[in-house]
Amino acid sequence: MRGSIPILKVANTLLVTLQTDLHDAVAEAFQEDLLAAIEREPVTGLLIDISALYMVDSYVARILTDTGKMAHLMGAETVIVGMRPEVAATLVRMGYSFGAVRTALNVDEGLILLGVRVSVG
Amino acid sequence: MHRTVSTRTMKIACEDDVVLVRRAARELAHARGFDPFATAAVTTAASELARNAWTHAGGGQAVIEEIRDGERVGLRMRFEDQGPGIKDLDRALAGGNSTVRSLGLGLAGSRRLVDDFDIQTAVGSGTKVTVVKWARF
Repeated sequence: MRGSIPILKVANTLLVTLQTDLHDAVAEAFQEDLLAAIEREPVTGLLIDISALYMVDSYVARILTDTGKMAHLMGAETVIVGMRPEVAATLVRMGYSFGAVRTALNVDEGLILLGVRVSVG
Repeated sequence: MHRTVSTRTMKIACEDDVVLVRRAARELAHARGFDPFATAAVTTAASELARNAWTHAGGGQAVIEEIRDGERVGLRMRFEDQGPGIKDLDRALAGGNSTVRSLGLGLAGSRRLVDDFDIQTAVGSGTKVTVVKWARF
């Protein structure tokens, strides 16, 4: 399952897009891959795009927040972007808190939050 | 009293089955006009409860039913396993069990996502959770 989620590097940030139906094994591998990539690349930010996820249960939520905490310990800040309204509502109703991991509306806003300047042309 | 329109029984024997169960719940909810919030809620509850059966009991089965109560449409889902049962149910329902891989939010969280929640468990004789979710969040 390792290597099954593409990790892109944009400026000093890693960008990952999670796919629709996230299997537990893929989620675990994603966490390992991401931490390995942070070690390999000198990045200061991590952007996790979850706009394709129609469901975030407590398991996936924990993988996301744990990954954010681990990345923080390694020196990279995480922003989770693109959470769907129904996913946000479900997490709140379940009583789940993303804690210190920041969120943003979309990739653009996430990059701004991380202080990344992407110039075109 | 509600009427059962359809019944689908699915085994939970591996991690992929957890995905198949929540996908089945989602597809049925979507097809029956659940709003996006109710669909996400029922899908998430299905995922939590199917995963509980898999991780805590090594598997079991899920029964997903479409129910009607007059004009109201709903999903009733039953998750049964022959696992060790839950020793401290109050604590598990309060979300305080952080055993194995779940955060303990699985049971407590899914309870908050549905309209009806019933659990029967005893140490050594497995767990049966039945939930009902109507088409509105």
